[in-house]
Amino acid sequence: MQAINFLKPNRDNIKNYSIIGSVLILISLIDVISNAFLKTNLTSFLPGSLTTLFPLILGLIGLNMMRIDYSGNKTLDLLNKNINTNNFNALLTLLILFSIIKALPPSLSWMIFDANISGDSKDACTGTGACWTYIKVWFRRFMYGMYPNEFHWRINTAFILVIALGFVGYFMKENLKKYLALYYVIIYPIIAYLVIYYLISGGSFGLQWVETGAWGGLSLTFIVSFFCLIFCFPLGMIFALGRRSNLPVIKYISICYIEFWRGVPLITVLFMSSVMFPMFLPEDFFMDKLVRVIIAITLFEAAYCAEVIRGGLQSLPRGQYDAAKSLGMGYWKMHIFVILPQALKLVIPGIANTFLALVKDTPLIFVVGLAELAGMLALAKTNPKWLGFAMEGYIFASIIFWIICYAMSKYSYNLEAKYKTER
Amino acid sequence: MSDPIIKIQNMNKWFGDFQVLKNINLEVEANKKIVVCGPSGSGKSTLIRCINRLEEHQEGDIIVDGNELSEKTKDIEKIRAEVGMVFQQFNLFPHLSILDNCTLAPIWVKKMPKKDAQELALDQLKKVQIDDQANKFPGQLSGGQQQRCAIARALCMQPKIMLFDEPTSALDPEMIKEVLDAMVSLAKGGMTMIVVTHEMGFAKEVADEVIFMDEGMIIEKAETKEFFANPKSDRTKLFLSQIL
Repeated sequence: MQAINFLKPNRDNIKNYSIIGSVLILISLIDVISNAFLKTNLTSFLPGSLTTLFPLILGLIGLNMMRIDYSGNKTLDLLNKNINTNNFNALLTLLILFSIIKALPPSLSWMIFDANISGDSKDACTGTGACWTYIKVWFRRFMYGMYPNEFHWRINTAFILVIALGFVGYFMKENLKKYLALYYVIIYPIIAYLVIYYLISGGSFGLQWVETGAWGGLSLTFIVSFFCLIFCFPLGMIFALGRRSNLPVIKYISICYIEFWRGVPLITVLFMSSVMFPMFLPEDFFMDKLVRVIIAITLFEAAYCAEVIRGGLQSLPRGQYDAAKSLGMGYWKMHIFVILPQALKLVIPGIANTFLALVKDTPLIFVVGLAELAGMLALAKTNPKWLGFAMEGYIFASIIFWIICYAMSKYSYNLEAKYKTER
Repeated sequence: MSDPIIKIQNMNKWFGDFQVLKNINLEVEANKKIVVCGPSGSGKSTLIRCINRLEEHQEGDIIVDGNELSEKTKDIEKIRAEVGMVFQQFNLFPHLSILDNCTLAPIWVKKMPKKDAQELALDQLKKVQIDDQANKFPGQLSGGQQQRCAIARALCMQPKIMLFDEPTSALDPEMIKEVLDAMVSLAKGGMTMIVVTHEMGFAKEVADEVIFMDEGMIIEKAETKEFFANPKSDRTKLFLSQIL
């Protein structure tokens, strides 16, 4: 190690050393980039294995020359502190950087340069790249499932209405604010249900009936996620409180409920709801499969919500309970005004986690024959006219799911920031 | 002499196998100020927490303002509303502003109109000299200010009895005085108070009676002057010699 000590900078020569170091790193980067994009190497005259290692060695020396405890230069210090703390980290940094550069050209050419999007049949896809034509042609199916094309406006209108109603809370007058929880927990779901029932299902007001079996694609993802989210949260809250109750009956019912639903896989719950459950119902009693599935997922996720919320309840100091009780508040007042507002604030990250998992669990409803976005993909990829484009479809679905989930997690960060108070 | 407002008879309490309170007998008349002192672990806090049933006792009777506290007590909230309590750790509600901390219980427990509750709260906050902080949150206040707010919050329920559970033990020395001042002026206003504290200066200034507890028993109960001038039991003498 003595030999490379001359490569170690000190406070006096750090300026020169960092310039030389950056040049070395730059050369190694240029080498990798030229290799990735132009298939040529700066060091093609060297033996093969050395050529491969050349940028790595050069970059390591460069980073080593720049490594110093404190230089006074903000950028350099930031670099040293985060990606260049020791030789191993420097190596990882370089490897990651090089892998990204190497992976870029093939993925870019597959996704963009060699890809096709024109035309409306499989024959249009002649290039070696992705066939986005497939996504384009199937787009409506992916969004609306088997719902008749001429009625898609009904789904759109229903969604716009439901979203608009969701914002009502923002514009509520001050004196109505106390009904906010009531609105979101009870009134809003009912209105949303009616809107979706009358607009999307139809059957009255001159709208043609479309059975739920035809619903599908992203819109079904939204419908299932939406109802499960708004129902599983209050239900979870009730079971979280129930599990901490002093009354043994309520306590053990809650524990049984939570442990039962957490113990069974969602997929069996879905099978049960669609196959077994109707057998137990009286013959003249009909419940739509979609409704049964939504109830099943809601009950399932409520158990997870309950445990997350219970974690929040437990993290509150006992003094908060004492103080509320000593002011003469009963169980419900204490929980509504003192305990839950603080506990729910603490569990926003955990709840967001559960909700994201819920949204990503919705594709499982395919097993009972409901084809939401991922389900439609599975149908489309087996279509004889469009064989061989599974990759494009799954990338498309991943992007859509990622956007939805990222938006949700962003929103949860916003909520966290909004309700943050100093303790 | 009027009927005592708090009456405790032959009260015993266990935490599991451990007996924290042994055969407690205590009567407190209205408008009296009682200071409870003793080494830590002697059951002082548990005793006053029993008075508003934050802890449940297993044997004996506790009668607060004519209501007996037991498992059968239905309106425990009503009794608690008449017994204010101030805690060592303040226990303000961190998600509510100082004003909302004070108005929450009057509005929802006493069904007071919001405007009246706010007026009352500002009045009480003024008495403890933090009315200018009314719109801040507890986290933004110093310990002394928080504890004074906690006193104001308890007073907003217009209680008949105030319980203080080591109100100054979690405070910096400089802040102890401002809290004690608030308590002294409250005492001078004629409130019935039971104070668990190690502040002997406060005891000498306002207490009518001092109770010394050790190992779950009331060792000595005497008028303040008598208590400090010639304590009877050796245990009390030892305690006083260490603390004074």
